[in-house]
Amino acid sequence: MKALVWHGKEDIRCDTVPDPTIEDATDAIIKVTSCAICGSDLHLFHNFMPGMRKGDVMGHEHMGVVVEVGSAVKKLRIGERVVIPFTIICGECEQCRRGFYSVCERTNRNRKLGDTVFGHSTAGLFGYTALTGGYAGGQAEYLRVPFADATHIKVPDNDLTDEQLLFLGDIFPTGWQAAVQCDIQPTDTVAVWGCGPVAQFAIRSALLLGAKQVIAIDNLPDRLSMARAGGAITINFDEESVLDRLQELTQGKGPEKCIDAVGMEAHAARSLDSMLDKAKQMVMLGTDRPHVLREMMYVCRPAGVLSVPGVYGGFLDKIPFGAAMNKGLTIRMGQTHVNRWTPDLLRRIETRQIDPSFVVTHNVPLEQGPQMYKTFRDKSDGCIKVVLKPNGNGRH
Amino acid sequence: MAYAAAMDDKRFPHTTAGTLAQQLGWFSIALGTLELVATRRLTRALGMWGQERTLQAYGVREIVTGIGILTSKDPAPWVWGRVAGDALDLGTMAMAYPNNPKKAKLAMAIANVAAVTALDVICAQQLSATKVRQQMPVRDYSDRSGLPMGISASRGAASDAEMTEQFRIPEPLRPFDATV
Repeated sequence: MKALVWHGKEDIRCDTVPDPTIEDATDAIIKVTSCAICGSDLHLFHNFMPGMRKGDVMGHEHMGVVVEVGSAVKKLRIGERVVIPFTIICGECEQCRRGFYSVCERTNRNRKLGDTVFGHSTAGLFGYTALTGGYAGGQAEYLRVPFADATHIKVPDNDLTDEQLLFLGDIFPTGWQAAVQCDIQPTDTVAVWGCGPVAQFAIRSALLLGAKQVIAIDNLPDRLSMARAGGAITINFDEESVLDRLQELTQGKGPEKCIDAVGMEAHAARSLDSMLDKAKQMVMLGTDRPHVLREMMYVCRPAGVLSVPGVYGGFLDKIPFGAAMNKGLTIRMGQTHVNRWTPDLLRRIETRQIDPSFVVTHNVPLEQGPQMYKTFRDKSDGCIKVVLKPNGNGRH
Repeated sequence: MAYAAAMDDKRFPHTTAGTLAQQLGWFSIALGTLELVATRRLTRALGMWGQERTLQAYGVREIVTGIGILTSKDPAPWVWGRVAGDALDLGTMAMAYPNNPKKAKLAMAIANVAAVTALDVICAQQLSATKVRQQMPVRDYSDRSGLPMGISASRGAASDAEMTEQFRIPEPLRPFDATV
């Protein structure tokens, strides 16, 4: 089959690889009808996350049709339409039963490695380094789904398009959880750093959950225009001071709720601290560029909440924890507990509260994937979200 | 459009690279002036007797570059000019190093120039990247709300969502009156 394969830093190719097969009785195989490139795939593209191996198949946003099931699979049948969450979950361990799916205790088959690096291992993830199990991803014609009875979201086979359903597997629930973690009240101002795909869903989720005002911060005019379309007031940090504008919009009090939808790769030209972070990264003295975290801790209203859906990978330097502690800030973060939210979010798509296809800017065949990684990295051609079609039906 | 103004403003005053460029411009003028008015003292201090004319020429170059950075609408090429000048400075000092009687002071000067060169390179790279980004065609996604009911009707439409305690501020810590 065709698949997008990691060959090294900024080197992803569309290769022919062996078709996946049923390895365990609990596996299923899906024929992928649509998949997407995620912002966190760029961390792998840039080789910022440790544990990628040459030959790894990329991708953790994918959906399709079940074509084969293992003998122990009871909840899936051949021909069913499914979105596959980026987290592989068993549905039976203590954490899964508590709803904390992204820290499932059974699905990371490289558990010891995860224990060593993070203290305790987290869930297995598709296409996301040996650290999270080394499972093949879904930027491919077919995908093997381990623990298939739990690791799926059944979606109706009706007139809802793939583009309306695909993002149930990652960025929609990620943006939603980011907003939920804020515990939004009707009087709240929610500030969202970044206007990438997750941020776009966080903006709309905050609005749907009743925030008084949502403020979006970025410097790319096309992304800012999409944020405004979703009801946000925007700040272009190339044009104006983020601190001054946030003060003005909150009568000097600061936003009650802050969402970091940027993560470890804050723009290096953004500020002096980001430039220093970049320099430290270049000489291997640092791993992440946490400018947004620093800024959020500084501007957030005392007793406010910081929500961090943005991915961080290592050891963060010069974090103003004194400000966070003295201001009594609450920090909530983590990978998304996808299946916790998807029944509710699917209902909201079906009742037309939200149409997630708004975020798709590029829709192309899988073979164009390597070029699309570069377009997405460069944020050129107005690129915000790329959908890939491994089995035809791509359009640009 | 608000951002149309930023497209015309090539000086990027709200970016660190823009601010750094301005500071490098003033630094360039100050250094150039020093090289012109204290030529002999500098050559003596660095053990580079006989290179007074060269140092004065470099001083003129620094002043011209500094004025270029501070007055040009697009400072990026002028900052790249500083990088080229830095290379010239480093080369000149390196050639003077082998038989220099004041090696320690010259080595210190080379280290300082190398540090400033690093700043110049980062600044020039960031200014160029910003310029490229500003020249990219801009797509307008203002028709992509993703909220079929409209913004007003959507605000609070999901307030029926069930929130478990794990994702809320614990009840004993909640504000007495959330509307304040």
